[in-house]
Amino acid sequence: MSEIDLPIAAPTIDKVGLRAVGLAAIALPVLAGPFLASEYWINAIIVPFLILSLAGLGLNLLTGYAGQLSLGAGAFMMVGAYATFSLQLRVPDLPLPLALVVSGLIAAALGLAFGIPSTRIKGFYLIVSTLAAQFFFEWLFLKFPWFYDGNSSATIALPRGLTVFGLNAETPHGRYYLTLGTVLLVTLLSFNLVRSQTGRNWMATRDMDTAAAVIGVPVVRAKLQAFAVSSFILGIAGALWAFAYLGSASVQSFGLSRSYQILFIIIIGGLGTIRGAYLGAAFVSLLPLALDWLFQHLFSGHVDAGLLQNIQKGIFGLLIMWFLIKEPEGLARLLGVKLPARRRLFPSSQT
Amino acid sequence: MTTPTRPALELKNVSLSFKGVKAISELSFRVEAGEICALIGPNGAGKSSLLNILNGVYVPDAGEIILEGEHFSRMQPLEAARRGIGRGFQNNALFSGMSVIDNAITGLSRHSRLTLVEEMFRLPRARHEERRFRERAHEVLRLFGLDRHAATVVGTLPYGVQKKVELARAIVAEPRLVLLDEPLAGMNASEKQEIAAVIARLNRELKLTIVLIEHDIGIVLELAHHVVVLDYGRKLADGPPETIRDNPDVIAAYLGSERAEIAA
Amino acid sequence: MSMFLETLIGGLLAGTMYSMVAIGFVLIYKASGVFNYAQGSILLFAALTFVSLTDQGVPAFGAIALTIALLVLMAITIERLLLRPLTNRSPMTLFMATLGLSYLVEAVAQGTMGSQVRALDLGIDDLPIFLGDIMISQFDLVAAGVALTLGIALSLLFNRTRIGIQLRGVADDTRAALSLGIDINRIWQIVWAVAGIVGLVAGLLWGARQGVQFSLSLVVLKALPVLIIGGFTSIAGAILGGLIVGASESLAETYIGPFLGGGITPWFAYALALVFLFIRPAGLFGERQIERV
Repeated sequence: MSEIDLPIAAPTIDKVGLRAVGLAAIALPVLAGPFLASEYWINAIIVPFLILSLAGLGLNLLTGYAGQLSLGAGAFMMVGAYATFSLQLRVPDLPLPLALVVSGLIAAALGLAFGIPSTRIKGFYLIVSTLAAQFFFEWLFLKFPWFYDGNSSATIALPRGLTVFGLNAETPHGRYYLTLGTVLLVTLLSFNLVRSQTGRNWMATRDMDTAAAVIGVPVVRAKLQAFAVSSFILGIAGALWAFAYLGSASVQSFGLSRSYQILFIIIIGGLGTIRGAYLGAAFVSLLPLALDWLFQHLFSGHVDAGLLQNIQKGIFGLLIMWFLIKEPEGLARLLGVKLPARRRLFPSSQT
Repeated sequence: MTTPTRPALELKNVSLSFKGVKAISELSFRVEAGEICALIGPNGAGKSSLLNILNGVYVPDAGEIILEGEHFSRMQPLEAARRGIGRGFQNNALFSGMSVIDNAITGLSRHSRLTLVEEMFRLPRARHEERRFRERAHEVLRLFGLDRHAATVVGTLPYGVQKKVELARAIVAEPRLVLLDEPLAGMNASEKQEIAAVIARLNRELKLTIVLIEHDIGIVLELAHHVVVLDYGRKLADGPPETIRDNPDVIAAYLGSERAEIAA
Repeated sequence: MSMFLETLIGGLLAGTMYSMVAIGFVLIYKASGVFNYAQGSILLFAALTFVSLTDQGVPAFGAIALTIALLVLMAITIERLLLRPLTNRSPMTLFMATLGLSYLVEAVAQGTMGSQVRALDLGIDDLPIFLGDIMISQFDLVAAGVALTLGIALSLLFNRTRIGIQLRGVADDTRAALSLGIDINRIWQIVWAVAGIVGLVAGLLWGARQGVQFSLSLVVLKALPVLIIGGFTSIAGAILGGLIVGASESLAETYIGPFLGGGITPWFAYALALVFLFIRPAGLFGERQIERV
């Protein structure tokens, strides 16, 4: 039977989601156009926004889709960054894109290991395992000079800079296109994954794990896969954060506050939606700028930096609570209210 | 197909307790292949716990479960599903954030043969399986008149419709034995008749063995070939509906407690 | 041998501090099923308020009374504006909400009272006492005594008084408690207030030790393994868990640390908690939940 005879049985496409990717794919380079002149915008806002989106996406697969809470996002970003550094340093023949993939796989393996307790424990108990990862890797990468090649400041930077297949990607454009390409590719693969049986298994595990097991969902495998895939993406995001954004990084670049930040991105953006990671990352990137601007204009200049930081922190705290109470699906839902209800959330059956 | 002489399911001296309190004591009965067996009894008689033992959610303290001739001292949830035991839950245990069709397709999980990479890149095998699963899910949704709700998020549907989704999900993977925990609860009379007819049809046409818990005695007597009466975790009676109806013990225990419930 | 004993005793005494923080978590978890991540921030807020008041010349007694009044007010606000709207939501959502709460409380505490380290003198001498050739910190002994007293007092409160019995009713079966006419919102307010006061006591002791500063709010990270080991629902478990974590942390740092390059304290308790999770997922004193489907 052909697909034409069976429109109803054709693979579902998340129209909204696809549209979001399509829009992002087209709109972002276009949007970036005017700013191409401004290195500041690319380096300081767009690149970190894209990387935070990627990290948010990675965590959202684990927490938003599979329902496994993690406070260790920073840990697996750290693993990705340090693995990429080691590979570039010790396996110089491996091109950067491949080094990124291998680093992702290393992060995935370690993520899977720290995900094993999830097969025994549920809900917020899991933060123990993910926090263990956070503290353990912070200790590991700081304690043993091998990981940072004995550098006196205990920081890591790529030995040959950012080179992609021999091309120098050190320019703002290079950083931007490397990041954008990675983010779009990973987003596309994630879209496919959440619409597949694995994606359904994740959501089933999240919504009602006992029932899921009884009707034949391999819950243990689903959880471990979620940990692995999520850590893979976080690992790549971490490497990009270290080398495409910061240039040189240390353990502090991926501390507990980074883990919180990534979690806040998906809560604000929308748990269990792909575009939520983008929206949340945009929000997290722009709020400090907006506040800064506001205070510059309101108080024309001098505002204590510490106070500003506390105001920002308080606003995040309030927003987290507000979103959890009023709109657990976050900005993704708020910005989608005009779409018909049945298409807003889930794939419609027609192509 | 199982031979008619071998029961689809047999329990031997199964006992279960929670924190020292007996929920089921030394329960034995058999379910023949192709029959509809109804478990009845007042609330707290251990009916749902019994289904949970068969699904591997609870581990019995003692006894044996014999499934198509194979002996088990306990089941594992996934193992139960792989051996063709379907299950519908009492208080809808649907995946509330997913659409109706996705709930149904999730029931097919144990038939999935894809790897993560095939799914990520939507390789031909992945597309083919997805199409097959979707067709099968639609087939089952049609059986319950659910196709128009296919894309609706389950959590937004009325209770009665959700019960049907629960049933659809229970049978979508073509189980040989289905355990249904109060499939008709919360429905009005005409819905009950409609669903009872679907259950009877599944049993008749697909030779599906069904164990169900139901409080509506009228429907039970109409639908079941075999009735097991439980009270305080013990078997009170076991036989064809006609003999159960007239059993004085059953009338005393079951109808008595029914009355007490109404009074309360 | 004496080094071992000294390490052990020092660890046990430090552990009672963990216990004290953990007790605050247990109270709230028992009554509302919330793992209150903001407990650390509330502890910081309480200690900071006390120090700020005494720095303004308010006598210690008055400062304590005022701080407690603020904590009660905070408990009522949290119950009204956060817990009530989140009734019947998943434990994970509740947890994330308290993570948000911790940000807000920290921001308010530091924004209004400053973020510099504040010295706090409770008037307890920290002179070492020698038992034979084993050195013990006098301050730690006092802190341990306070923790034990607090634990026993709270256990009595919740096992003997009417409010305590109601609280246990709420914890065991919320619906039944509601149908018996127990004012569950009032119970939550009381419990959050009591947990706040426990936080104040713990905050003062920790603060006197290391200064009142932001890092106080990180004690939440110490309490988590304690709760996993002791169980989330038992005060006795919290005390024992604290002792186990304190003792094993200090022994591990002394005897295992050197082989790993030292500094293993931040993660050792977590590794221990993970081991416990595999052996006894509900903790030493916790109850295993029965799945209902």
